[in-house]
Amino acid sequence: MSEMIATRDGFGKELVEIGRENDKVVVVSADLEDATRAEYFKNEFPDRFFSCGIAEQDMVGTAAGLAFHGFIPFINSFAVFMTNRAYDQLRLDLCYNDRNVKVICSHAGVTVGEDGASAQCLEDFALMRVLPNIKVVCPVDEMEARKATRIFTREYGPMYMRTSRAPFPVLTKADDTFEIGKANMLRDGADVTLIGCGLLVQESLDAAELLKKDGIDARVINMHTIKPIDQDAIVKAAEETGAIVVGEEHQMYGGLCSAVAEVVVRTVPVPMEFVAVNDTFGQSGTPQQLMEHYGLKASNIADAAKKAIARKSQVVSGS
Amino acid sequence: MNTNIEELREKAKLFRREILETIHAAGSGHPGGSLSAVEILISLYDYKMKHKPDDPQWDGRDYLIVSKGHVTPAVYVTLANYGYFSKDELPKFRKFGSILQGHVHVKVPGVEFNTGSLGHGLSVANGIAIGNKMLKNDSNVYCLMGDGEIQEGSVWEAAMHASHRELDNVCAIVDYNKVQENGPTNDIKNLEPLADKWRSFGWEVKEVIGHNFKQLIQALDDFEKNKGKPYVILAHTIKGKGVSFMEGERNWHGKAPNADQLKEALAELV
Repeated sequence: MSEMIATRDGFGKELVEIGRENDKVVVVSADLEDATRAEYFKNEFPDRFFSCGIAEQDMVGTAAGLAFHGFIPFINSFAVFMTNRAYDQLRLDLCYNDRNVKVICSHAGVTVGEDGASAQCLEDFALMRVLPNIKVVCPVDEMEARKATRIFTREYGPMYMRTSRAPFPVLTKADDTFEIGKANMLRDGADVTLIGCGLLVQESLDAAELLKKDGIDARVINMHTIKPIDQDAIVKAAEETGAIVVGEEHQMYGGLCSAVAEVVVRTVPVPMEFVAVNDTFGQSGTPQQLMEHYGLKASNIADAAKKAIARKSQVVSGS
Repeated sequence: MNTNIEELREKAKLFRREILETIHAAGSGHPGGSLSAVEILISLYDYKMKHKPDDPQWDGRDYLIVSKGHVTPAVYVTLANYGYFSKDELPKFRKFGSILQGHVHVKVPGVEFNTGSLGHGLSVANGIAIGNKMLKNDSNVYCLMGDGEIQEGSVWEAAMHASHRELDNVCAIVDYNKVQENGPTNDIKNLEPLADKWRSFGWEVKEVIGHNFKQLIQALDDFEKNKGKPYVILAHTIKGKGVSFMEGERNWHGKAPNADQLKEALAELV
C-alpha cells in the first residue's frame, strides 16, 4: 500500500520552499488558505500574503494587478469558487491579458466528501480548458504537486492546478520525470490503454491488475496535464493498444475524457469508454462511498475496458 | 503639466470631433460614454499623470486602468493626441487587423490592461497599487469607471479591499453621466447616495463637475495630498456631452452617427 498524502500538502510545502528562494512569489487569497495549504506560505511570509476576504473576483483581479511588477501571484480557493464564481476574471484578467498568475484549487471531485455537491467541483477542467493561454494540470500525487508548483513558478503564463483534499497514494518518486504536457506511462500493455488523472490513475492501476486476471494486458497512463494534452502519447496508445478508457473525477463532458477523445477522433479512431461522473451533481458521503456510487472505481474501469475491447472487432464501413 | 484652461478646452473640442469621426468611420462604437469622459482623460494625460508616450512601459509612470472598456474612442483619441501612436490609425478603429480593438487592448501603446467586461478594473488597479507599495514605488494608479458599471458587485469587493489596505495611491474616477444602456442609471438601479456609499467603504470622496477642468485638476491635486485611504472622484458628467442631440440620450450609448449626424455634430464642436 502506497503512502497517502493529499496533493494540497505537496503544493503548500513546496511553495514555502520556493518562497525562500524567490521573493517575487506572493499569495493572494480569498479566506480559504487554510484549506488549500497556502497558509504555510502566509505563516512564513506574512508580508507577501494578501487576503481579499471572501471575494474571489477581487482575488483574481488583484493578482492580475500584482503581476504588473513581475510578482508571481499564486491565487487559491476551492475549485468551485474559483472557476465558477470568478470565471469572468479568470477569462479576461488572466487569460485574455496573459498574466503570470498561478491558480491553485483544492476541493475538486466527489472525494471532497461530506461537504456535498455545492463544494464538489466537477467542471473545473472543462471551464479552464476552453480558455486560451492557460495550462491545466492535475498532479497524481504529492510529489507531482511539488514539481508542478516549481514549474508554475519558473514558466510564464496563467496556469491552473487542481489539488486534492483527500489523501492520494504516492505513486511517483522525486527523480521521476515530470513535464507539463508530457504524460507518464506507469505500466505498459498491448490490449487497451487506461488513461487517468488524479485519483483515477491509482484506480486504473488497480483495474489493470483486475484485467490481468482475465488475460487482458492494459497500459496505464498518468495524464497529469489536461491542457496542453499529450497528443503523442494518445496516438501511440491508440495505435499500439487499439482501445482507450479515460477516467477522471469530473463530469464526463468537457474534461479529460473529451480532451482525449478530441485527439482520438482526429488521428487514430479507436473504441473509447469514459469513467467519469455522468451529468449529475454529487452529494454528501465518504469519499469511498461516493467513488463507488458514481462508478469511479477500478472495477468500473475494468468493465469499461472490456466494453471498449469488445468493440475493436466492429468494423465501421462508409458507403 | 498644462494648466492653461483655454487650451485644454480647445483640446476637448478637438478630441470630441475626432471621437465622433472615429466612431463614424468604424460604423459602430460608444459615443455617449466617450464624450462624457473627455475632460477626465485630458486632465490625467495633460496635467496629472507621469507618463512618457515614447516609452509607454517606463518604470516611473503612473497607471490608468480603463475599467469602462467600451470607451475606446475617447481613450484611443487621447493616446493618439499625446503621441502614443499615429492618428492615421484612428480610421482603422474596430477594423480587422487593426491594433484599435473594439474594447481597450494592450496592443495599443499606452494601454495597460485589456478590459471590456465591467467591474474588473478596480481590483486590478489595487493589485498594481499594492505592488507599488511593496516596491516603494511612488507611482499612482488611476481607474476610470462608468456609473452603470458600479452596479457590478465586484466593484465593491475592490472598494472594500482598497480601504482595508489604505491604498492612498489609488484614485478611482467615476464618470457619473447618469445614463446607462437601457435608461437613466438611477431608474435602473439607484446608485444614490453614491458619495455616502464610497465614504462608508472607507474612501475619501470628491465630487466635481466632470467637464470643469479647474475642478478636475483641483481634485487630482487633492488626491496626491490625501494619505491613508483611497480616493474617489465622482465626476458629474453629461452622457454625449457637446453634441445637443446626443446629450443625455441612452440611444447614443453604443451607436455610430451617420454622415449627416456627424456633420451636424461636428458643426456644434467648433
